[in-house]
Amino acid sequence: MTDPILQAIGLSIRFGGVEAVRDVNLCLAERELRCLIGPNGAGKSTLFKLLTGQLQPTSGRILFHGEDITGDHTHAIARRGIGIKTQVPNLFDGLTVREHLWLAARRTNARARADAITDEILERVGLGPEAGTVVGRLSHGLRQWVELGTVLAGNPELILLDEPAAGMTHEEVARTAELIREINRTHALIVVEHDMQFVRMIARTVTVMHQGAVLVEDTMDRILKNSAVRDIYLGKHGGA
Amino acid sequence: MIFRRVGAGIVVTAAAMVAVAVGAPLVVDEFQLLQLTVFASMCILALSLGVVWGYGGILCFGQSAFFGLGAYTYAVTAVNVGESTLAIALSLVVPAVFAALLGYFMFYGRLSDVYLGVITLSVTLIFFNLTNSTAGDAYRIGRARLNGFNGMPSLPTFNVPGTPGRLLDPTETFYLVMALLLIVYVGLHALLASHFGRVVVAVRENETRCELLGYDVRRHKMLIFTLGGAIAGLAGSLFANWGAFVSPNVFSLTTTSQIIIWVIVGGLGTLVGPIIGCVVMQYLATELGTQQLANTSLIFGIIFLVFVLLVPRGIVPSVGLLRARLSTARARPAAQARHGA
Repeated sequence: MTDPILQAIGLSIRFGGVEAVRDVNLCLAERELRCLIGPNGAGKSTLFKLLTGQLQPTSGRILFHGEDITGDHTHAIARRGIGIKTQVPNLFDGLTVREHLWLAARRTNARARADAITDEILERVGLGPEAGTVVGRLSHGLRQWVELGTVLAGNPELILLDEPAAGMTHEEVARTAELIREINRTHALIVVEHDMQFVRMIARTVTVMHQGAVLVEDTMDRILKNSAVRDIYLGKHGGA
Repeated sequence: MIFRRVGAGIVVTAAAMVAVAVGAPLVVDEFQLLQLTVFASMCILALSLGVVWGYGGILCFGQSAFFGLGAYTYAVTAVNVGESTLAIALSLVVPAVFAALLGYFMFYGRLSDVYLGVITLSVTLIFFNLTNSTAGDAYRIGRARLNGFNGMPSLPTFNVPGTPGRLLDPTETFYLVMALLLIVYVGLHALLASHFGRVVVAVRENETRCELLGYDVRRHKMLIFTLGGAIAGLAGSLFANWGAFVSPNVFSLTTTSQIIIWVIVGGLGTLVGPIIGCVVMQYLATELGTQQLANTSLIFGIIFLVFVLLVPRGIVPSVGLLRARLSTARARPAAQARHGA
């Protein structure tokens, strides 16, 4: 087994009396694709915020390539190579689609290379026709693609995707799944998703969170058969 | 498409500035030329807030702090040295250093927008009170007496660099100020087209996304704030040179609110807007000053209210919007107008 790209050790965060993330241990190998599931309020998005430095853990450590990044600034963590598509898209509403990708690409590339990457990603996520559109005018589904493209243009080693398929049509979901598998050939990914059909399309290893803690971590098949998981989560979506 | 249109706009504006610079001395008398000189100096001040607020998204209520600091730096240095070159240079450096320090505490301290407004306004009012209370012999820097609320009169005016005896005449000063305005205007556009400038605009749009992409938001805000301070300081030295005089009024509430009004009237998020707003409002102020019927400040207040309520985007963006609308959608004008308001 290769060295892990990301390790969370005993990660916890407490807001007053609520422990939103409780003693989470997570280990991600290079080029691994991990799905993170769990009911609403399980702490998935909070965990992402901890991993990207938007929140500081109450206790525990985060290692990226074996180096401690706990407490680092968000931009410093991003510079190390962690990119995130947030649950509610974080975009520059007054700027064009092209500008989003360019800004992401330009941080690590010279101008000409950034231009080339921008064109390449526009093509890859199918946003070519919308390149000049101001993002504030786009539909939710397209905004998801813009944010995904922006993350890709920055070419981070580890990509966190928070509900990438939310608000998408069936075809778009299939296309997203395909894109994620393609990205996974060169990048490590953690994907938070509610859509179980989507998770089945992409998942190998799945981590289930419940009430801030990791409930179980296993292959998709075994997860589906796990009665505890069914009780807290899949039971409600048994038909999906 | 938008970028190309803006590009054409820059050329037109720059050409207009050159035309005024070359043409005005030929057609107007000396008094009017002096008026134009102070207008152009204030345009540079308007640009400084136009970039900090309109592009950096930093609402600085105290841009006059840097303007006044530049004016006083020029005055004190020119009196002591007896030559204007170093004084002009320092009038950029001192406000810039001060802005960097203030910006460091505000942005690295993660203060929210409201506090930013309060702090910057307080800073300029502190300077106002400070300079007001420097009357008397005790308050002098080198040979320069600060003179409290009476201000510092008979300042040395601009001279040809290196030759203190060769002063610039009003026409030469006008050329210099217009050239500086052109440089600041074109330079700011070049900066905004650069990687740094595009990140500054992105920070205005969404700080979180910028950080998630690996850009240090605090650093970008501090740098653009510092640049704004330097440009305001330059305007301060031009103003001090214009009247050969500086008084605490450069820090006053009236001065600082005027800058905000220029930017709002002209149009936030453009560079030509603050210039137009500044010229229009200053022309109005001059004209209104010649009559006794109504108080100038009252009329300015009304204009400010009308713009905030009815033309919140300001003159330039509204004209652009109107043109785009006329050309694309002639149908349903009523619904469109309602949407735009």
